[in-house]
Amino acid sequence: MLVARRLGKRYGEKRVLRSIDLELPPGGFLVVTGPNGSGKTTLLRICAGLAQPTEGTIERSLERAQVGYLGHEPLVYRELTALENLELYGRLYRIAERRERIGMLLERFGLWDVRHERVASYSRGMTQRLALCRVLLHEPDLLVLDEPYSALDEPGAELLDAQLAELRGERTFLLATHEPARVEPFASGRLALAA
Amino acid sequence: MSYVRDVGALARKDLLLELRARDTLPAMLLFVASVFVVFHFALPGTPSRLETIGLLWVAILFTALLGLGRAFVPEREQRTFDGLVLAPCDRSAIWLAKSLATLAFLVAAEVVALPLYALFFHPVGAATVAAVVLADLGICGVGTFLGAMAVATRARDLLLPLLFLPLAMPIVVGAVGASVVGSPGRYLGFLALYDALFAVVCWASFEYVVAE
Amino acid sequence: MSSPSNPAAATIPQVGRISRIPLPALAAASLVLVATALVFVFFVAPTDANQGFSQRIFYFHVSIAITAYACFAGAAWQAFRHLWKRDPGADLKSYVCVHQGVIFGTLVLLTGSIWAKISWGRWWLWSSDQLVLFLVLFLFYCAYFMLRFSVDPGPQRANLSAVYALFGVVLIPVSFAAIRLAKDIIHPVVFTLHGPNFGGWILVTYCIAQVALLVLAYTLYRLELSGKRLDGRLRELKEVLA
Repeated sequence: MLVARRLGKRYGEKRVLRSIDLELPPGGFLVVTGPNGSGKTTLLRICAGLAQPTEGTIERSLERAQVGYLGHEPLVYRELTALENLELYGRLYRIAERRERIGMLLERFGLWDVRHERVASYSRGMTQRLALCRVLLHEPDLLVLDEPYSALDEPGAELLDAQLAELRGERTFLLATHEPARVEPFASGRLALAA
Repeated sequence: MSYVRDVGALARKDLLLELRARDTLPAMLLFVASVFVVFHFALPGTPSRLETIGLLWVAILFTALLGLGRAFVPEREQRTFDGLVLAPCDRSAIWLAKSLATLAFLVAAEVVALPLYALFFHPVGAATVAAVVLADLGICGVGTFLGAMAVATRARDLLLPLLFLPLAMPIVVGAVGASVVGSPGRYLGFLALYDALFAVVCWASFEYVVAE
Repeated sequence: MSSPSNPAAATIPQVGRISRIPLPALAAASLVLVATALVFVFFVAPTDANQGFSQRIFYFHVSIAITAYACFAGAAWQAFRHLWKRDPGADLKSYVCVHQGVIFGTLVLLTGSIWAKISWGRWWLWSSDQLVLFLVLFLFYCAYFMLRFSVDPGPQRANLSAVYALFGVVLIPVSFAAIRLAKDIIHPVVFTLHGPNFGGWILVTYCIAQVALLVLAYTLYRLELSGKRLDGRLRELKEVLA
């Protein structure tokens, strides 16, 4: 599904990634670890299609609609409500039975009661849960998750665990984390980046 | 057509954001009124209709710049550009939707500005109104495009007027010409041509502005 | 090319030949042509009946202007190749073209201003279409540099620069049309900068000056391009060795 050879990325004079090889088959679960500044975020962004490498090649046999990306930013509009945010993405991703799917996700992640409130009023954990809803909304084949646990509260983390367990095997995962132990049960491959 | 639906969804989002934030439109209205007052004091003697028409267009241009500078602020500050770029929609839909939303604000500001101008200075003719409509299309189309470019840089707000004003020069000529000349057809036609030409260029190249 | 025993060597990029014409030959050709042009402009071309000796600046003013247009067109072409063909060298070429175009554009403004002062006693003429157009373009392409230096080097900077360069080439005819249209609404002024009626030696002199300046521009372009490529290669070498 995803094959990268000698991937490198440079921002101006600063080198962020150096000669990375990775292979992610369909159904795989690749865990990326490394200290801060090792380029995990950049690598995930390139894999999701948000950035272009400056060296090397990356082959993705995927369309944009099949990729779900969760970055450090939740990518939701703070002045809109949860419902409005998901409605927007629902329309853009052309999801069938949008209302039902949104409702189901909001309920599963415990946001149904606050769906009409602006995201600006949410706690950090709630915002991250909404971001997870956004990622899962269009049922992507490839999920690229950049430190998803870092902004989650404990109930949210348990919900994520449950989701990963449910989708493991059906979907392909590329996950960067500071706590590899948590996702160890799911991992099919590991990639450690050096600083 | 799904493209139209995408544009609709995005434009709806932009309008909703402005309605909630309630900062850009009031600022534009206040700005335009203040600028007119400045004009009054800046022009010695009694300015003729010709002179003040030019000022009307200066006011519109800079009020538009004010609004355009705010256009991509939510995408920039909250990094939601990534979310839009990841979506399977055509990237030009982002530009078109944002242009339409900005157009709505600009028109809303002009609905107040034109009568105010008529009150302070001279009455406004039909040709001027037609010129306003056509000029707005060009201003919003090109301005939104450049706004997206500016947002990707370090200089940001500083850069937008520098990028925009040389490109806006033909709009000023067309607009002032149409407002002033006896038979405005040629100038209105020129404005329409500008709008069409740059709309095509913007539509075709927005892809390269947002995708890295 | 890549030897298994030294993997670092495999990644040192090779600088491609820009074209088959060697730079020293170009420089020599420019020198000869410019010298010839100067001779023709000052000694061969006939003196204008109305404007006298000062009118000779026209030969340079117009040929510099055409050269600047050629630079901007070249920039747009390279920009198009960058966006469409993903040619890796095109962004740098586009940038150098814009740089050359701005240099020549500045010269247009200077020569035009001098000509205006000599002919009409004023340093600036709004009635000269060429001058006003170049003023707008000068502002536009200066903004190009502000844009470019406000973004870190990389694919995004190249894309933004390329798109802006393409906007420029669309702006040129549109602005020209606008300036012509503006003549009707702006108070018409008698002051203009006239070229002579073409014919005989005047045409020959102009052609020589034009060719000379185009070759000079190309030489400077090649010079700057190879300089920038050397910089880039040096940086990449430092990287590999680091």
